Amino acid sequence: MKLPFRSNIFIALGLLTAMLAPFGISSKFQLDVLTLIFFTAYLGQSWNILGGYAGQFSFGGVMFFGTGAYTSSILLSSFGLPPIIGIFAAIFMGALLGLVVGYLSFRSGLRGSYFALITLAFAELLRVLANSVEFTGGGVGLFLTYAPGLYNLQFTSPTGFYYFSLILLVISLAIAIWLERSRFGAQLVAIRENEDAAEALGVDTLKCKIYAIMIMGGMGGAAGTFYAQKYLYIDPPISYSIALSVEMLLVTIVGGMGTVFGPLIGSFVLHTVNEIARHFISTPGLSLIVYGFILIVIISYLPNGLVGLFRKTRKNKENDDA
Amino acid sequence: MLEVKSVTKRFGGLVAVSDVDLDVAKGEIVSLIGPNGAGKTTLFASIAGFLKPDEGEVILNGKSITNLKPHKICRQGMVRTFQITQPFATLNTLENIMVGAYANTSNKSLAKSNAERVAEIVGMTSLLYQTADGLTVAARKRLELARALATNPQLLLLDEVMAGLNPTEIDEIVDVIQGIRNTGVTIFLIEHVMKAVVNLSDRTYVLNDGKLIAHGTPNSIASDPAVIEAYLGHGAAEAMARGGKA
Amino acid sequence: MLSITLSLLPAGIINGLMFGAIYALVALGLTLIYGVLHIINFAHGAMLMLALYSAYFLFKVLNIDPYVSILIVTPASYVFGYTIYRWGIGKLSGGRDQNILLITLGLSIILENSALFFFTGDQQTISLPYSYESFDLGFLYLSYPKLISFVASLIICVLLWMLMTLTDLGKAIRAVAKEREGARLVGIDVEHVFAVTFGIGVACLGAAGCMLLPIFYVDPYTGNIFVIIAFTIVVLGGMGSIVGALLGGFIIGVTESVGGLLLGESLGQIGISLIFILILIFKPTGIFGSKV
Repeated sequence: MKLPFRSNIFIALGLLTAMLAPFGISSKFQLDVLTLIFFTAYLGQSWNILGGYAGQFSFGGVMFFGTGAYTSSILLSSFGLPPIIGIFAAIFMGALLGLVVGYLSFRSGLRGSYFALITLAFAELLRVLANSVEFTGGGVGLFLTYAPGLYNLQFTSPTGFYYFSLILLVISLAIAIWLERSRFGAQLVAIRENEDAAEALGVDTLKCKIYAIMIMGGMGGAAGTFYAQKYLYIDPPISYSIALSVEMLLVTIVGGMGTVFGPLIGSFVLHTVNEIARHFISTPGLSLIVYGFILIVIISYLPNGLVGLFRKTRKNKENDDA
Repeated sequence: MLEVKSVTKRFGGLVAVSDVDLDVAKGEIVSLIGPNGAGKTTLFASIAGFLKPDEGEVILNGKSITNLKPHKICRQGMVRTFQITQPFATLNTLENIMVGAYANTSNKSLAKSNAERVAEIVGMTSLLYQTADGLTVAARKRLELARALATNPQLLLLDEVMAGLNPTEIDEIVDVIQGIRNTGVTIFLIEHVMKAVVNLSDRTYVLNDGKLIAHGTPNSIASDPAVIEAYLGHGAAEAMARGGKA
Repeated sequence: MLSITLSLLPAGIINGLMFGAIYALVALGLTLIYGVLHIINFAHGAMLMLALYSAYFLFKVLNIDPYVSILIVTPASYVFGYTIYRWGIGKLSGGRDQNILLITLGLSIILENSALFFFTGDQQTISLPYSYESFDLGFLYLSYPKLISFVASLIICVLLWMLMTLTDLGKAIRAVAKEREGARLVGIDVEHVFAVTFGIGVACLGAAGCMLLPIFYVDPYTGNIFVIIAFTIVVLGGMGSIVGALLGGFIIGVTESVGGLLLGESLGQIGISLIFILILIFKPTGIFGSKV
C-alpha cells in the first residue's frame, strides 16, 4: 500500500513533535509516561509483525524480551561488555530464540490456539530455567550498576530514555512501513488470509513465518536491553511476565492488527486510560479490569481495532462522495 | 511436460487414488473427469504437493517433484487453483493477484504491472480495487485463475473452475482458458461440466473410484462403454443437467 | 544423597497421584468444553481461582467446611458457566478460534484483576480441624485432606463419566459434539447444549476448587499455575478425551511431584511446560486419541 502524500506529512509532523516534545514538557512524570507509551508500542509492533501481519498469535511474546534482557545484562555484569554492543547480542539472541521456537512449532504445523499456547509454554519454560540456573542470578535476579553514559545506554535524565524509546519506536514503524511496501509483507498477509493458497502461489510459508518470528525476536531482544538499563534490575518474573505478553498483544489488537500505527495508537489509548483510572482510584487491578473489557469489546465489535474505525468512516465518506 | 507414474494415495484403509498413470504434453489442454468422489481432487493435490502420494512418482519437465512442497513446485512452473475458491479475503483483487506475481519478482512495481496485465487477460480490470470477500462466485473463480496465472506457470492445474457458474459465465471462462493456452501455457483441468470439456480439451482422462478407466479424445470418451457404464450412467447426466441450468 | 531421594520416591508418587486427581478434574472441564464446543477456554484457570475464593469465603464467613461447600460451589459454578457462555462468550466470539481464545483471555484478565481489586494480592490458606491428622501408609503419613480430596475427585470423575455415557443429557451432548448440524435437525437445542456443557465444565472447576483449597492456597494468580497444567494434561490426553484427561492428570501430578524431588523445587516445574511443548511438536493429537 502506498502511503498518500498527506500521510507522509502527518508522519513528518508527528516525528517532529515527538523530537521536540522534551523541550515543551517540563514534567518528568509526563515524559516518563510518553517513554512507556513508545516502549509498549514498540513491543506491540514486534507482536504485530507475526500476529497482525502473518496472523500467528503468540501468547508468550515476552520470551524474546526476557532473553534479550538477560543477554545484555549478563554480558555487562560478567564480562563488562557495554550495552551499546550488548544490545546487538540481545537482538541476535532474540532472533535465534525466534528461529528455534518458530522452526519447532511451524514445522509441526501448529496454528491458531495451539501456536498461541506453545509460545506461552516456551515463555514459562524459560522463566523456570532462568529461575533455576546460576548465571542468571536465579530467583534473586540481576542488579546492574548505575553508570550513566551512552555506551551503557543509561541516562541521567528521563529525556535520554525518552529519545532511546523514540528511536526504537521509529525503527519499529519503519519496519512496518517496509512490510506494507515489500514482497515479504505481502507474503505474510497472504499467509494470514489463506495459508494453503499462499503456499500454492509459491510462497514459502514456513520460511516466511520463521523470518517473521525472528524479526519479532530481534525486536524483543532490544527491548529487553532497554528495560534492563532503564530499571537496572531484572529477575525471572519480570523478564518472562505473562502480563507483558498480554500487553503487547493488547495494544496491537486495540489499535489495529496488521496496521503500521495500530500498536502506537493502542498503546497511547490504553496508557491514557490507565493514567486516568489511576487518578481516580489507586487500587491495583482496576485498569487491567478495564483493559480486559476493552479487549473483549474490540474483538467482538471492532476486529480491525481503532484504526479500523477511522478507516471505516473514511471509506464510507469516499462512498458518499462517489 | 507432466508425467504421473503409478500414483497411489490412501487415507487409512480407503484407497482414494489407485495406481494412476497419465501424462500431459506441452501446449495441450488435458482434462480429467469423473463422478463426484472419484478422487479427482485428491489426485490433483497429490500432483501439486499438497498431499504426499503413498506410491508412485510425479515428474515435471523430466525432474521428479514427488516430495516437493507446493511452493517449490510452483517455482518449477506448475501451479494449481482450488475447487473451493481460496481468496485472500481482506485484500483487493490487485493485491490478491500480486501475491502470485511476487513468485517471480520482489519488485513491487513490476509485480503490480504484471498483476494488472493478468487482470486484463482474465477480464478483471474493472474489479482491481474490489476486496475479494465482496466478489461474486464467477469473479472469485477468475481471481483463482488470475493469481495462478500471475506466477507465470508453464502448466496450470485448474480444479473445477466452472463449477457453480451459469452458461454465459462458463462460455466466458472457456474463452479465457483458450486465451491462456494461446499464450503458450499448458493446461490440465478437472471438470465436471461435460459440455465445456468437449469444447475445450485435446484429450480426456476418466477417473472412477480412484482408477483411470478411459483415456482419449473427448468424443471417443463419450462413446466408450466403460465410461458410459461407470460415469454417464449416474454422474454425467446429472452433471450436464447441472451445468446446463445452474 | 541419591539414596535419600530414592527413598522419598514412593511418597513423591503418592503425593503426585493425590494432586493428579484434582488436576484431572480441572482438565476434565477443559477437555469437555473443547470436545463439544471446539473452543479453548483460556479463562479456565481464572474460573478455578474464583471457585477457590468462593470456598474460601464460605469457610471464613459462614464457617462451612470446603468439602461441604462442594454442594454449594459446584451448582453455583454451573450457573455461572451456563450464563457466561449463553449470554457472553457464545454471543461475542462469532465462532472464530482465535477470537474465542482472546475473549476468554480478556475474561481471565477481568476475573484475575477483579480478585486483586476486591480480595488483594495476599495468599490465603485455611486450616481445618483435621488438617494435621493423617493416615499412616507405612512409608508415608498421608494427611486426611489430601486423601479426602483424592477420593472425592475420583468419585466426581466417575459421576461425570456416568453422566456422559448413561444419561439422555450425555447422549445429547455427545450428539452435538459429533454432528452439530445433525443434532440441530433432530430438534436438539444446540445453543442450550453448548451452554450446559460449558456449565458442566465450569462446575468441574467448582468442585476442584473446594478440594484444592484445604491442601493449597489461593491468590488472584493461582489460575495461571493451573491453566498451563490443565492445557498440558489435555494435550497429553488428547483434546476432548475424558479417559485421556484422567490418565493425563495422574501423569502430570506424578511428574511434577517426582520432578520436584529429583530436580529441586524450582527446576522441577520445568517438566510441565516441557511435556506440553514436546507433545504439541511431536504428537499434537495426544497420546490417548482425540475424541470425546
